Amino acid sequence: MSSRWVGRLLLLAVFCVLPWVIYPPIALDIVAFGLFATAFDIVFGYLGLLSFGHAAFWGTSAYVTANMLQRGHSTPVSIGAGALAALAISVPIGFISIRSVGIYFSMITLAFGQMIDFLCKQLEDWTGGDNGLPGLPQPPLFGVDLSNPRHGYYVLLAMALVGFIIAARTVHSPFGQVMVAIRDNETRAQSVGYAPLRYKLIAFVISATLSGLAGAIFCAGHGVVSLDVVAWTTSGLVVMMTLLGGSGTLLGPAVGATVVLLLRDLLSTHAGAVGVVTGAVFVLTVLFFRRGVVGTILHQWEKRHAAAK
Amino acid sequence: MSWQLLAIQIFNGLVNGAFFALLSLGLAVIFGMLRIVNFAHGALYMLGAFVAYTLGQKLSLGFWPSVIIAPIIVGVLGMIIERTLIRRLADLAPAYNLLLTFGLTLFIQDGVRLMYGISGAPYAGPSLLAGATNLGFVVFPTYRLFVIVVSLVVCFATWFVIERTRIGAVIRASTENPAITRTFGIDVSRLVTLVFGFGAAMAGLAGVLAAPIYSVDPLMGSELIVTTFAVVVIGGLGSILGSVMTGFAVGVLAAVGAALYPPIANTLIFIFMALVLVLRPQGLFGMPEGTR
Repeated sequence: MSSRWVGRLLLLAVFCVLPWVIYPPIALDIVAFGLFATAFDIVFGYLGLLSFGHAAFWGTSAYVTANMLQRGHSTPVSIGAGALAALAISVPIGFISIRSVGIYFSMITLAFGQMIDFLCKQLEDWTGGDNGLPGLPQPPLFGVDLSNPRHGYYVLLAMALVGFIIAARTVHSPFGQVMVAIRDNETRAQSVGYAPLRYKLIAFVISATLSGLAGAIFCAGHGVVSLDVVAWTTSGLVVMMTLLGGSGTLLGPAVGATVVLLLRDLLSTHAGAVGVVTGAVFVLTVLFFRRGVVGTILHQWEKRHAAAK
Repeated sequence: MSWQLLAIQIFNGLVNGAFFALLSLGLAVIFGMLRIVNFAHGALYMLGAFVAYTLGQKLSLGFWPSVIIAPIIVGVLGMIIERTLIRRLADLAPAYNLLLTFGLTLFIQDGVRLMYGISGAPYAGPSLLAGATNLGFVVFPTYRLFVIVVSLVVCFATWFVIERTRIGAVIRASTENPAITRTFGIDVSRLVTLVFGFGAAMAGLAGVLAAPIYSVDPLMGSELIVTTFAVVVIGGLGSILGSVMTGFAVGVLAAVGAALYPPIANTLIFIFMALVLVLRPQGLFGMPEGTR
């Protein structure tokens, strides 16, 4: 068995024991936000485009999932519908946004995110407005009672793993190589025959759909949605997780999500302190620790490897 | 809708527009000079309101001294942020500045919440401007008229200084070519700090002026900032004239839209923005992308 497979199985084992080591809802948060950050990083880490509106996909999908569950649909169907909704809105949003680069792209995605946020506040029949949609049904699946946080966790983990595999296949493929080429030098990539806009749009849509899958899992697992899911602070949170864990490293974003969520849990007894501490951690990360946790480890390892040769 | 009501809505729109204009002016000046999108602008606006609240109510200095002192305090804080934090990211992609100022926003917002609590505080306007003024065709609160006038004057003065004076020419030269500007013996890095401080002070001023109208609370800047970003994008990133004109236009558009069909008010700005981006990506007043 290659070392790569050992790593993968080890990771799977970590996810499997997670709800027994920490409070199960936090374990679910780690899975959902881990997938969200991984999906976000397809665009940020591998295309070099900083989206500040990814909550639109996560949140829209969560609301669609919630409505499907309320209408008596099964969990996988509801989650699938959520992810499809994210896909549907990401096509027009992506089509307009990817025509810009750099800071312009961030501003435009932020504005689209805010547009979705206002729409969700407006459509109270559908989103419950400020009250959100509490107490969603969690129908049993294959005889597994999903309202039991630990049992439900494993079903949702299986769905999230599909998302993780799609994300990994997207970046570790010829398609992913072209994405990196476009990130590093768009003109050169175009001159050797790749159409940057087409690659950017496809990557954006994949990223948004997987973010939607993550949002749907989050909603189905907790059985509740609130307006938080479409707020720009959620878009910011996923950026923070990704950068802290290590952008462009595949595993990094999920690690970052874990660190941020555990930190938030640790500080949850001091309401105001969460923002102060996470804000300060984020500022320090941007200033001194831009490679992130996984990026730094990889960098050290590569340096040692190079020295050994 | 009667003409009277429409006139009132237009005035309300101009008041909102006055804040959009002041905020996007600060953003435009900072962006034009430093290529930084200052996410913390909304937090600085909120901080302006809280400094005014502390000076005016707690230390009972009254409205007029705090309208001068609060923007200066926020401006100095802006200069400290520029010198100690933002400067370190000068050689990196602009996205890092956005991330840094996002972290700062969380820090400032929740820091204020820890100190003052979550609930909003009322803030009294100056007694001199209490009551309403009869404009002949409509009666409107005096303080709100004052806000419109102050915003117009400050925006015009800023535009005039940057576009029509020697100091403005030096600032524009430093943006265009810092190396050559330095050879003329101009301290570009000090200028950068001052410009950032000025932009921050504009946010602070908007905060002080907003305090008597909206309630003072830690989250007051968090939604406004995103709308302001939309204003800046519509006007053209970095265009001072564009930001100011769009600020007022968007304020009026949203207010009139709200009167005609309330649910659309907040979304209207973003629909407008999407249209502008499709038809004219550089913004209404912006130069074609190429200098980015």
